[in-house]
Amino acid sequence: MTGFGPSRRSVLTAGAIAGGGLWIGLSPVNAGTEPASAAALNAFIRIAPDGIVTIIAQNPEIGQGVRTSIPMLIAEELDVDWGQVRIEPALADAKTYGRQVAGGSMATTLQYEPMRRVGAGARAMLVAAAAAGWGVPAAECSTAHGMVRHAGSGRSASYGSLASAAATLPPPDVAKLVLKAPHDFRLIGKPVPGVDNRRIAEGEPLFGIDTRLPGMKYAVFDKCPVPGGSVASADLAAVKARRGVAQAFVVPASGGEGALAAGVAIIADNWWTANQARPHLATKWTLPAGPRQTTAGDNAEAARLAAAAPQRLLVDSGDSKAALAAAVKTVKASYSYPFLAHAPLEPMNCTARVTGDKVEIWAPTQSPEAGRKLVAKVLGVPPANITIHMLRCGGGFGRRLTNEYMVEAAWIARAAGVPVKLVWSREDDMTQGNLRPGGWHNLEAGLAADGSITAWTNHFISYGGPQDFARAAGIDETQFPARFVPNFRLSASVMPLAVPTGYLRAPENNAFGFVMQSFIDELAHAVGADPLAFRQHLLGAPRRFGKDSLDFTGYDSGRARTVLDKAAAMAGWGRKLPDRQGLGIAFHFSHLGYFATVVEAAVATDGAVTVKKLWVAGDVGRQIVNPSGALNQVQGGVLDALGSSLGQAITLEDGAIAQRNFGDYPLLRLADAPPVEVAFVLSDNPPTGLGEPAYPATPPALANAIFAATGVRLRSLPLDTAALKA
Amino acid sequence: MPTRLRINNKPVTVTVDPDMPLLWVLRDELGLVGTKFGCGAGLCGACTVHLDGQPVRACQTPVSAVGTAAITTIEGLSASAMGRKLQDAWVSLDVPQCGYCQAGQLMAAAALLKATPKPGDGEIDAAMTGNLCRCATYTRIRQAIKLAAGVTA
Ligand code: FES
Ligand code: FES
Repeated sequence: MTGFGPSRRSVLTAGAIAGGGLWIGLSPVNAGTEPASAAALNAFIRIAPDGIVTIIAQNPEIGQGVRTSIPMLIAEELDVDWGQVRIEPALADAKTYGRQVAGGSMATTLQYEPMRRVGAGARAMLVAAAAAGWGVPAAECSTAHGMVRHAGSGRSASYGSLASAAATLPPPDVAKLVLKAPHDFRLIGKPVPGVDNRRIAEGEPLFGIDTRLPGMKYAVFDKCPVPGGSVASADLAAVKARRGVAQAFVVPASGGEGALAAGVAIIADNWWTANQARPHLATKWTLPAGPRQTTAGDNAEAARLAAAAPQRLLVDSGDSKAALAAAVKTVKASYSYPFLAHAPLEPMNCTARVTGDKVEIWAPTQSPEAGRKLVAKVLGVPPANITIHMLRCGGGFGRRLTNEYMVEAAWIARAAGVPVKLVWSREDDMTQGNLRPGGWHNLEAGLAADGSITAWTNHFISYGGPQDFARAAGIDETQFPARFVPNFRLSASVMPLAVPTGYLRAPENNAFGFVMQSFIDELAHAVGADPLAFRQHLLGAPRRFGKDSLDFTGYDSGRARTVLDKAAAMAGWGRKLPDRQGLGIAFHFSHLGYFATVVEAAVATDGAVTVKKLWVAGDVGRQIVNPSGALNQVQGGVLDALGSSLGQAITLEDGAIAQRNFGDYPLLRLADAPPVEVAFVLSDNPPTGLGEPAYPATPPALANAIFAATGVRLRSLPLDTAALKA
Repeated sequence: MPTRLRINNKPVTVTVDPDMPLLWVLRDELGLVGTKFGCGAGLCGACTVHLDGQPVRACQTPVSAVGTAAITTIEGLSASAMGRKLQDAWVSLDVPQCGYCQAGQLMAAAALLKATPKPGDGEIDAAMTGNLCRCATYTRIRQAIKLAAGVTA
């Protein structure tokens, strides 16, 4: 993924709102001509004659704060006060809004400049309308707080009063608009509380699962615990005889990746009644052919593959074999990590109403257009007939990038002939996930007398087919320390996979950070070097790889070094700690952000680990849009990483996921959440996203702190604290 | 048989299976969807409501077990001065990320402050440990409780 610069191929569109006022939007030049009235419904900004400014939040909100931060960009350049602004969620509509995906930490990266241009365009039209009315040059007018002023004549007018006149003017050339200099920002860079906070605190309906429609029924969908199974038999009559159950029917699999799985739907007057009826189905499943995946079997296969020659060679620079032979010291270690579930607190759910060949969907989704395609395909309806309301998501973490619950709800609602709210139980959610894949890394490094790493080899064991890796189970050839070690070899072997995998917060990197930065720590200790000094030496002089700072495969060692040094300074790196306490450090680059974490941990004699504090430094470019949301994201990402490192694993038994609920898949608790001190280092680079890059440096910083405290190197996640007994 | 309940100071009558958990009576029968479903097993606290001021997990409370106890849900939290203080603290400190757990967090916090108006960290830990936040907004939850309680962080 490269080249995310602001699109120069967009034009501003604008027009009059029926009943008065101005709307303004942004269209790709090849979008074709839409009737103005349709565009008005979907524009980015609406200014009503009464002065109310409505900004449309285009992206799915999963807790990353885009419903606040992206509208802030528009409001800044429009020069309105935040209190004058109302935020409205967009419908899913790729033609009007372009990419509407919550994924890859891309919203800030992609929207920072275009959304400011939308705001600046509306402002320019309002100024032009005022200037024309007053017969003064537009250049003599200024704006602030939703007003245009002309200092020379002392005249002023509110945006509301100018909106209808502005709507008759042609929109300005988007590329020629002059944006504010950062020192003139009134909103960007100020902490702004989330726009939905009050509604959340008062329990108003807001989330996907809160949807209620007239005549709506509630559904559960019982699916095979082993992916790919089909229904052999189910006692539909017994279930339909139960009080409150309206319907029960078998849903056949539709076939195709991510599409409809087979199962049994139960429709009832309320969700509990539907779910209570489920055991009475006594569903018998026809399991898919072939061996059933188990965690024990995978571990054995990984060991077998590690001992054999790698199946694929991904990178081979220099001569690692010769360099290892010539090394003063060599270190070998194997690392592994488990499958993980996303487990957002709001279980998967979707509400659907099908009328003829029209489908209306209310969904908490991170990727509505992908859902539309899937629903269109499986139900055989034109994509344009599907309306998708993007509702607030009770957490995403990548889980809602796939939309199988959307297809299920649509199919079930059509079959039932009534609007249906489908809600997965927590057990459904835990056992029907798209897992973060597990993996194994077999590493060896050679060191020179001065502590330089002269060789680095990694035989990566993952999942996939003969040609490729399973989803989110690959490795990028530029993963650090590629390019920083002269003799570098990355090879891989794969085993087949029978469960679906998917993208979890900082995909792939969430595991690689642990592997690479733990092994680097081992190398530092192997040569008796300070772990910070060893990393500084490895990064070397500041230099940059890749096309530009928006290149996912790039790397700027200067930025990595800056956050590393900053986190170390914040934590007081090098200070003496009592027995069985230690500091650990790590850094990582992913999703265009550079982060370093220092963990202070204490290990009790029974092995229990207490994290006392974390210090985190991050560089995501020259501007933090909303410091409040940004801090929340970083603290959340870091604590998420801590929680997963200390206790989460999904295991497979006989082809099915063994974990069922939060009892055997523990989330971090308040009492175990240490303070997280965060500093943003500003650098002269485009602003980029924060949902993901804070995560990967934390697991290794924790493992490294545990090593500093105990001398025990834990090479597997979740960290086995039983091994830390004194 | 109709069951009579008192929810947020209003009398309500529902005709449901007596085993039906209060959570689903609130959400599906009465449309009070502020109380959230997270686990259905008493493991996450998203469904926390008050019975006579005591925090309970609505997913584990059969409607027949409520008896004459007054039910307070998140929709009724602002009826008390302390509830409003907590809500204001949650908004101004920008506690939510996704926000899904926060109704349960607020109800747990309100019960804590009723019993312990000036809680220390240990008391906050004990009262809030059953309320999971998948987004891990714990730092701000702790700060917001302290802000509402008027204790220094
Ligand atoms: S839904 Fe009741 S405790 Fe989780
Ligand atoms: S804010 Fe998302 S679960 Fe708490």
